[in-house]
Amino acid sequence: MSILHTVNKSPFERNSLDSCLKFAQPGAALLLIEDGIYAALTGTSVEGRIKDALASVKIYVLGPDLKARGFSEARVIDGISVVDYAGFVDLAAENAKVQAWL
Amino acid sequence: MSEIVKKFMYLNRKAPYGTIYAWESLEVVLIGAAFDQEVSLMFMDDGVYQLTKGQDTSGIGMKNFSPTYRTLGDYEVKNIYVDRDSLVARGLTEDDLVQIAWEDWETEEEVENIVEVVDSARAAELMEESDVVFSF
Repeated sequence: MSILHTVNKSPFERNSLDSCLKFAQPGAALLLIEDGIYAALTGTSVEGRIKDALASVKIYVLGPDLKARGFSEARVIDGISVVDYAGFVDLAAENAKVQAWL
Repeated sequence: MSEIVKKFMYLNRKAPYGTIYAWESLEVVLIGAAFDQEVSLMFMDDGVYQLTKGQDTSGIGMKNFSPTYRTLGDYEVKNIYVDRDSLVARGLTEDDLVQIAWEDWETEEEVENIVEVVDSARAAELMEESDVVFSF
């Protein structure tokens, strides 16, 4: 069983995403929530880091947080899955534990 | 009203919803409108996310305050600046941002969109020209 990592901070303001990606093991899951969703968008200066991580980590983004901030699924990097709150619960249940990078 | 008119700048550097800064800034701008000063807003770093179009907070149980930005022209705010580098780093363009109209009720002068994207040299100049900078 692996770990579900959550990141809720903007990658442009904090190093939560970088630290998470540094320590996440292959096969882990990463869910981007709240201001963390900005890392899931195309064309940003962190897109390369996310794409590299997708090779070994499954990445998800919380749909309601995307929508609140004015972004549709069309702006999300290919390979990242959009989930709703029920999907968040499923991910928490599927993984051995949840590690939050605040 | 006071006869001394000062140049106020509100400097916004935080994304909306994740923290309370964006909302607090907007509240202070609206309150400050009562004091007849020359007011401008600057959005840079994650602050540019405050102006994105199409925000819909129905799924997160928070108040969507983004429509309020479009009314700022009615609150004595005549200049709204956005830092270009901050947009570029976030893969955003001017098309992703709301438009904010302004009209002078006395002269009927109209400006369709007072949101202006500026480079960092201009942003620095604007901060330098301000008498007071409020940071959020």
